[in-house]
Amino acid sequence: MKGIPVRLQGLSKSFGKVVALKALDLDVRAGELVAFLGPSGCGKTTTLLMVAGIYMPTEGEIWFAERRVEHLHPRDRDVGMVFQSYALYPHLTLFDNIAFPLRLKKTAERETRQKVHQTAELLGIAHVIDRRPAAVSGGQQQRAALARALVKEPQVLLLDEPLSNLDAQIRIQARAEIRRLQQELGVTSILVTHDQAEALAMADRVAAFSVGELQQFASPDELYTRPANAFVAGFVGHPPMNLLKGTFEDGHFAANGVRLPLRTTATGAGILGVRPEDMRLGGELPARVLVVEPLGREALVTLDAGGVGVKVLIADDRRPAVGSNVGVGYDPDRLHLFNAEGRRL
Amino acid sequence: MPLFPPRWRLVAIGLALLSLPIAAGLIWLILSGLFDRVHGLLPIGSPTLQNWRFLWEGIGGRPPVYVPLLNTAVFAVLVAAVEVIIASMAAYAISRMSFPGRAAYLGLVLVLHAFPAVSLIIAIFYILRILGLFDTLIGVILVKASLELPLGIWLMKGFFDYLSWEMEMAALVDGMSRWTVFWRVAFPLVRPGLLALGTFALLSAWGEFILPFTLIVSSQRAMMATYLQSFLTEAFADYGVAAAVGLFYALPVLVLFILGQRYLLNIYGGGVKG
Repeated sequence: MKGIPVRLQGLSKSFGKVVALKALDLDVRAGELVAFLGPSGCGKTTTLLMVAGIYMPTEGEIWFAERRVEHLHPRDRDVGMVFQSYALYPHLTLFDNIAFPLRLKKTAERETRQKVHQTAELLGIAHVIDRRPAAVSGGQQQRAALARALVKEPQVLLLDEPLSNLDAQIRIQARAEIRRLQQELGVTSILVTHDQAEALAMADRVAAFSVGELQQFASPDELYTRPANAFVAGFVGHPPMNLLKGTFEDGHFAANGVRLPLRTTATGAGILGVRPEDMRLGGELPARVLVVEPLGREALVTLDAGGVGVKVLIADDRRPAVGSNVGVGYDPDRLHLFNAEGRRL
Repeated sequence: MPLFPPRWRLVAIGLALLSLPIAAGLIWLILSGLFDRVHGLLPIGSPTLQNWRFLWEGIGGRPPVYVPLLNTAVFAVLVAAVEVIIASMAAYAISRMSFPGRAAYLGLVLVLHAFPAVSLIIAIFYILRILGLFDTLIGVILVKASLELPLGIWLMKGFFDYLSWEMEMAALVDGMSRWTVFWRVAFPLVRPGLLALGTFALLSAWGEFILPFTLIVSSQRAMMATYLQSFLTEAFADYGVAAAVGLFYALPVLVLFILGQRYLLNIYGGGVKG
């Protein structure tokens, strides 16, 4: 299986008066796994369905390597797709489900059998291949759906929330497995997800969407350490970043009753972002403990610092008492500054 | 503890009383078919097969019974087939595609369903005359199927609306054309709806009277309903024979209903969704 580059150019989609996607430009490199990340209704699934050929774009071009495909029927695009509901054919066995695309292509029966068994082996479902979807577990259904997408050796693999119907434990296992498989096969892949942990863990690069617009397209590390705007800053990372609205003035940030010294020349209204893990208890800023949430290894503490609510992630063995007064500090090198429109400064 | 609480026993008695007239009618039908004469619900004389002689001879210049029987069977089966195929295709398009005028079309179909068919009968008569389809089986089949289509379309739309979109998307990506997706994925998955609609259409066509009565005149193309009616319009109606024909006419319906009631219940059990 060879990967090919995929290019989306000025891609737009409207449903009647509703604009689902606005002029998207995006390049997926050959063999890369790109995640489309965003809340529901942000345009990520619409984009995927246009790449698959289910939706016709209102405007724009889709290129698979040197082939322009946006006007082609799905079957002429050579894509494999895994759906959230798996969309296995309930009346067929897993074998027949996986064989389905090959039989539609009139592949010789011997070759079909061989390829189906090979793919089933690869995904570890060879032992249940004669059962129907309803008679196997959710994880096995998910693998069967993946096998059906991969068996025809597609040029592009599309994954629409493939893990969100799985139990939390299997999900983490499955995401590593899909990633390993994708890298082994080298197939160019697009993963749609609303789960930022999934996007960060699996993708080479992540495209963050909000209300029909691409917000940032970068590596997981960059997305996390240098979010391009306040939306990405707040969406990526768990627990989410503290975003405080206030004003920048002569080297300070002022919000409610708090004044923080900063190394910045910015002025005017803006947003200051700081991740809970970049803050600590025992600083100079006085605060009161409102809530303590144990998370196992760590604890999340919600504080009221002079009328500003912030969350701080601390080691679990130093939990403060609720209602007690503490000092709070932060790492000045790990602040994120955004202007009033939310753009990174 | 009694099987039914006392309150339920009262309800059962009430229902039995309400059903009494219908039960009396059925008992009369069975008795009249089997005896020479019946006074009220009291048979007179000994049981006889005389009333069933229509089975082996044409009575009073009528064709033998298998002629209307066959006509009715052909009529019912074709009406059901036409209705199932056209209704499911129309419903699929309405359920899956957005096209200009979709909402207006849906509303119009519903209005057509509410329209009393009898009021159209004279217009239909003229149209069939012009088309040369008056007094033909094809003519009544087309008329009956079109009159039943609105209900069928709405019914099937409900079933298609319940189907997962993703299954069809998967089939498209797997390499099917839109047309094969409909025939090989969507159509088989609404089988309960197809069977329900088919049974419903079959029963409705089997019992149809007004259309064959007005649109068919030759006795060679008579249907069971008009054949039965012809015994009642004579100067001295032979109620014994009419009852026997009525019983004979009802038997296939009874069998079909017993076989098909599971699917018929589907119509009311969750098929319809706007």
